Amino acid sequence: MSHYKMHLLVCAGTGCHSSESDLVYEMLHDEVERKGLSNDVQVIRTGCFGFCEKGPIVKVLPDNTFYTEVKPGDAQEIIDEHVIKGRKVERLLYLDPETNEHVLDSKHMGFYKKQLRVALRNCGTIDPENIDESIARDAYMALGKVITEMTPRETIELIKRSGLRGRGGAGFPTGLKWEITSKNHGDRKYVVCNADEGDPGAFMDRSILEGDPHSVLEAMAICGYCIGASEGLIYIRAEYPLAIRRLRIAISQAQSYGLLGENIFGSDFSFNIKLRYGAGAFVCGEETALIHSMEGLRGEPTNKPPFPAERGYLGKPTCVNNVETFANIPVIVLKGAEWFASIGTEKSKGTKVFALAGKINNVGLIEVPMGITLREIIYEIGGGVKEGKKFKAVQTGGPSGGCLTEKHLDTPIDYESLMAAGSMMGSGGMIVLDEDDCMVSVAKFYLDFIVEESCGKCAPCRIGSKRLYETLDRITLGKGEQEDIEILKNLGMVMKDTALCGLGQTAPNPVLSTLDNFKEEYLEHVNEKKCRSGQCRDLLYYVILEEECTGCMACTRVCPTHAIIGERRNPHVINQEVCIKCGACMEKCQFDAISLQKDYPREVQLTTNNELTV
Amino acid sequence: MSQKVIITPEAFEYMEKVTGTDGVEVRVNLPKEIIEQINEICDSFDNDPGELINVLHEAQNRFGYLPAEVQDMVAHNLHIPVAQVYGVVTFYSYFSMIPKGEHPISICVGTACYVRGAERVLEEFIKELGIKVGETTPDGRFSINCLRCVGACGLAPVVLVGDKVYGRVSPDGVKQIIAEYSS
Repeated sequence: MSHYKMHLLVCAGTGCHSSESDLVYEMLHDEVERKGLSNDVQVIRTGCFGFCEKGPIVKVLPDNTFYTEVKPGDAQEIIDEHVIKGRKVERLLYLDPETNEHVLDSKHMGFYKKQLRVALRNCGTIDPENIDESIARDAYMALGKVITEMTPRETIELIKRSGLRGRGGAGFPTGLKWEITSKNHGDRKYVVCNADEGDPGAFMDRSILEGDPHSVLEAMAICGYCIGASEGLIYIRAEYPLAIRRLRIAISQAQSYGLLGENIFGSDFSFNIKLRYGAGAFVCGEETALIHSMEGLRGEPTNKPPFPAERGYLGKPTCVNNVETFANIPVIVLKGAEWFASIGTEKSKGTKVFALAGKINNVGLIEVPMGITLREIIYEIGGGVKEGKKFKAVQTGGPSGGCLTEKHLDTPIDYESLMAAGSMMGSGGMIVLDEDDCMVSVAKFYLDFIVEESCGKCAPCRIGSKRLYETLDRITLGKGEQEDIEILKNLGMVMKDTALCGLGQTAPNPVLSTLDNFKEEYLEHVNEKKCRSGQCRDLLYYVILEEECTGCMACTRVCPTHAIIGERRNPHVINQEVCIKCGACMEKCQFDAISLQKDYPREVQLTTNNELTV
Repeated sequence: MSQKVIITPEAFEYMEKVTGTDGVEVRVNLPKEIIEQINEICDSFDNDPGELINVLHEAQNRFGYLPAEVQDMVAHNLHIPVAQVYGVVTFYSYFSMIPKGEHPISICVGTACYVRGAERVLEEFIKELGIKVGETTPDGRFSINCLRCVGACGLAPVVLVGDKVYGRVSPDGVKQIIAEYSS
């Protein structure tokens, strides 16, 4: 292996890939060759850096220069200026929004300062398609240690001591799951990696699989060793072609190195991994549904118990863990349970990856220690709300979660505190909402998703979610009534208690939590037929601006319902009770005096009404 | 992967007799070469009913969609009821029984794109092309689909035309995107 003086890391995660990072890579590569620098400078494609907002990202090592929004045409300048002359290309450096200065070293970026990357440790530092780079970063060391030095029992104890909990959402202790599966008897057992990341707005599992597939493969083998399984299956969404490709490469490379396959490390332990593809069904993230899907059936969940640990894939004991959970395992084995347990809060140990998106300045993938506050995430890492708007809420846990509001900004985040706030960890999607977002519409959005994704097996979820959606729809159309709010509450509670699987039980969460935190907004929609964010378009009103109106009467003539009243040369007024919101008046007005408003002056309305009735 | 075969309606004029391993003879409305391709796909998965989803993925990869006739053939090969195959095809949103347009347009309506205005972009596409979600234009050039999160949330709202990703799409930009493919 040759020694390079400089490394140019080009992000090839899906975010950057979508904005032509491939071309950037090729241009840099060509430029290096053309200048005859191939022996000194290495250009590689890595996994996601997390800072997706400013992609494509190019990072230069060893000096930690962090170039953002690099265009293919910038390649030549980077090579000429930075690599050859040693001068950083200022205009491509990250601009600190507070100091308005270019950041020379990525360590000083607010985005990275508060982060602690454990599961994402290798994302953005190695070439995921080259196993040697992973091995240089200690990949498969943990597997070797476990197989040659530890018994399955000791390993399970170690994982239990670390306090690692399932990162898929529910937070079940991983060590305990392994222990239960290991104790159940079966002539065959299976390790399943749940990579069916269906939560819209969450992309951490994919980033791990794309950026560091070996950590997951290694952990699956460790799990297999602990529970006595020789076969592993990764259930991955077909929508993730890049992750599938990199996993395939990683599996074949690991097999050719003897790190997967028969008699690993000369022991009598054998382990093989196969891929199974999802086909676009959110419910398949639920473990029993996932198992049915892997068996070639409709992905419908079944009652638990029996848990998969007892009777899972093909009726055999099966251990299902999430991608991020697996990615933590090798580090725990190498650094020790105590090290891992020292991070986080009392009951939630370690770190959590969040996909930060929505109305926030730094959209991206972040990994933070448990117990960090929402304020730190949004304002220090996320760089605050976009366009300086006012923060309203954060939606966590996707369609199964709820909203956290301003009053939760200083709550330390862990499994318990999120539950207590009526939300949940979920897979880790974090969508920031600002003052322009209507909370009723957000709840409706999630219910729309659930209606589409409900498998239809149990009535509470199939019918309940549809009724919830219809009720919310009525409210956003301005046809809601006071009793609708009671309906939402009662129906939500019934679904929680009676639905068959996790999807149905958590489906009302977006409604219940927004009802809890933003009840006044629901009431406004229902009682005053008003949407304060202006997002519900049926609750907008055509209003004539007094100052602009010349009193030309043009609008009164086109109004099909005679809703516009007023004398010639005097400002007109629209009677909202009669107005059918056809928009004809706005089109006709030559003075831009008519506009769509969130509300209308109600006192004026009253007097005109009175005049009308007189 | 072998060459993509597009199944056109004319293709169904042929009737082929197929005899299964169980000796039962059925008639399938498909040309011989397509039947052979389906057989080849099923064989590559050992005709294992547990591999049904993988078989369907492969079939959709080749033919672009999964018409009823293809499902008949798959059921026949895997020795399972057609109802089961149909059940799986209709359960998963990735499988389609309608051919997609030449330039399939997918609009991300994941949460991140939604809060950044994907809904209005979608409406604009529907208005411009005159078709609903899940439909294909009469000339077969465009089809509209919604999908949930491509993971490029930094570029929200995101629109895909084929494999090409368009980021930060505004309703005003829709015409321009369509125009790129119209010539």
